[in-house]
Amino acid sequence: MGKLYEKLAEDVRFVEGLKACLNCGTCTAICPAAEFYNYQPRKIVDILQNRDDSQIEELLKSDTIWYCGECMSCVTRCPRGNAPGLLITVLRSLSQELGYFTESEKGRQQLAIKRTVGEWILKYGYCLYPSQILPEMHPEQGPIWEWEHEHITAVMERLGANYMKTGPGILRKIPQEDLDEIQRIFDETGATERFRKIEEFSAAKAQEMKLGLNETLDNDYIRHIYTSNTKDHTKES
Amino acid sequence: MNIEGKRNIWATYQKEIAGDRFFYVRSCVRQNFFPGSEKTFLRIMKEELKKEVFEHAAHTTCSGIGYHTDVVPFETAMTMVARQFALMTESGYENFTTSCITSFGLYAEILETWAHFPEVEERIRQHLIKATGRTFIKPANLSHASDVIFKFRKEIGAVSKFRLVNKYTGKPLQVVEHIGCHYSKMFPNKGVGGAEYPYVLIGMIEDWGGEVIDYPERRHCCGFGFRQYLVQANRGYSIACSKKKFESMAPYKPDFILTNCPGCPMFLDRWQYALSEMEGITYGENGLGIPVLTYEELAGMLLGYDPWDLGMQVHQVPVEPLLDKIGIPYDSQRKFLTIDGKSMGQPESPSFLKFYQHE
Repeated sequence: MGKLYEKLAEDVRFVEGLKACLNCGTCTAICPAAEFYNYQPRKIVDILQNRDDSQIEELLKSDTIWYCGECMSCVTRCPRGNAPGLLITVLRSLSQELGYFTESEKGRQQLAIKRTVGEWILKYGYCLYPSQILPEMHPEQGPIWEWEHEHITAVMERLGANYMKTGPGILRKIPQEDLDEIQRIFDETGATERFRKIEEFSAAKAQEMKLGLNETLDNDYIRHIYTSNTKDHTKES
Repeated sequence: MNIEGKRNIWATYQKEIAGDRFFYVRSCVRQNFFPGSEKTFLRIMKEELKKEVFEHAAHTTCSGIGYHTDVVPFETAMTMVARQFALMTESGYENFTTSCITSFGLYAEILETWAHFPEVEERIRQHLIKATGRTFIKPANLSHASDVIFKFRKEIGAVSKFRLVNKYTGKPLQVVEHIGCHYSKMFPNKGVGGAEYPYVLIGMIEDWGGEVIDYPERRHCCGFGFRQYLVQANRGYSIACSKKKFESMAPYKPDFILTNCPGCPMFLDRWQYALSEMEGITYGENGLGIPVLTYEELAGMLLGYDPWDLGMQVHQVPVEPLLDKIGIPYDSQRKFLTIDGKSMGQPESPSFLKFYQHE
């Protein structure tokens, strides 16, 4: 048993998610990601139960662990009570802790997510916030969202929201003292440290790839990781 | 469909749902994309059912989307959830109900984790005290807001002005029900009817006059996949999932799709638009899409609430064909007006998907 396996096994989700896999492939059969990507949750569970650190390290540096959509359809169907989707969350956590996530194209996307969803939680108290969901970044939202976005305050008022105002209600302004509590929770429980590592390892990778990275979303590295697929992830390479 | 067999399975997965005095927490996705649904839930609970529902102004995101995109550690998500429980405790409530399915799944996962690992719960309590000074009692009852509407579906049906019946043919409307993955796929015993045959939306549809369509990809994910939608380079995954569902359901000619998750109606609505633009495909009749409703919108619609108060004007797939089939009146001239009746212009029409708007 190697050090990486030991590290994974410290996580309660790993204990909950890995019993004994019989390699039946039911998880792969039900998996939406396996239909789209070159991806098999069965293989991941098999690697983990083999406890081979060299294979685990390869996994942590690969695109493979980032293909899962965490829908957890696999959990329902596993005849042995394993939870491949939960094991993915543990692998992704360790990949970020060790900085391995920047070794894969899909892993590098974590910086874009940290700078959007991650920072919106601290800034607004919500995972999503309408002023930040820009139509140009979301063409699939269609003309209805373009119209809403243009008239967001009036639309929210029409639909009964309390947008950017105090008190309870839809999209209310979260008081600063509550945002401060979230920040302290992040500091206390490891989220601030994870954010720091995502930034630090991404900055090193941006330098290696010779792509500009600043503190905003408007730079070559973020644009690259947010929009690019430089290989076909749906086929075996 | 062998209903008898399904009923046996549903009977296995019955959950206790509180009857009153709910502590309500909102959904990030719902507030952004279907705010009218949360407003309607509270209106139904308070005005129709005379129930007590409390919302604390200091509650925030549970961080669930951050957790499932893996930028927020489990330790942090557990403490964020503990803070929501603390607000409930401080307010004197014990029945916790969530608007969001991602949240509901996360709350269930955390309570299950604490049951199996009491030392983790103790550690989270210490984190919460240190970060906020707060303490909490775990909820006596955890429900999703769709559970609550399901519980009171007969009372709502009894005062509804409309039924799910096609006024032209007199036949029940044909409905696709789509359950959010995190409602019960992880913990089947936390959802009404379990994971394979969840009954929470079926109960509403059947009691309100409609019929449920059984189709091959009924349990397939809508395709949100968290990072698979949020990062533009991954959206092929998301739209492919929805397309698989549309192609599977379309031959059964659904009158509409009913959902209980905040994200699913948005994706099933918007991806119909995107597919129409990309491939010229539409899945409804005569160039129309298949309307996608939230359960709050459905209940409000049948209760006779104004469709524009429900927020149906912010659907990309127009709902008017469904309103027409049931015979629900609406004023198309008011669809895109402000609360004061002023014009906000109107969205552009898509290239292929028919879009009702006043001229």
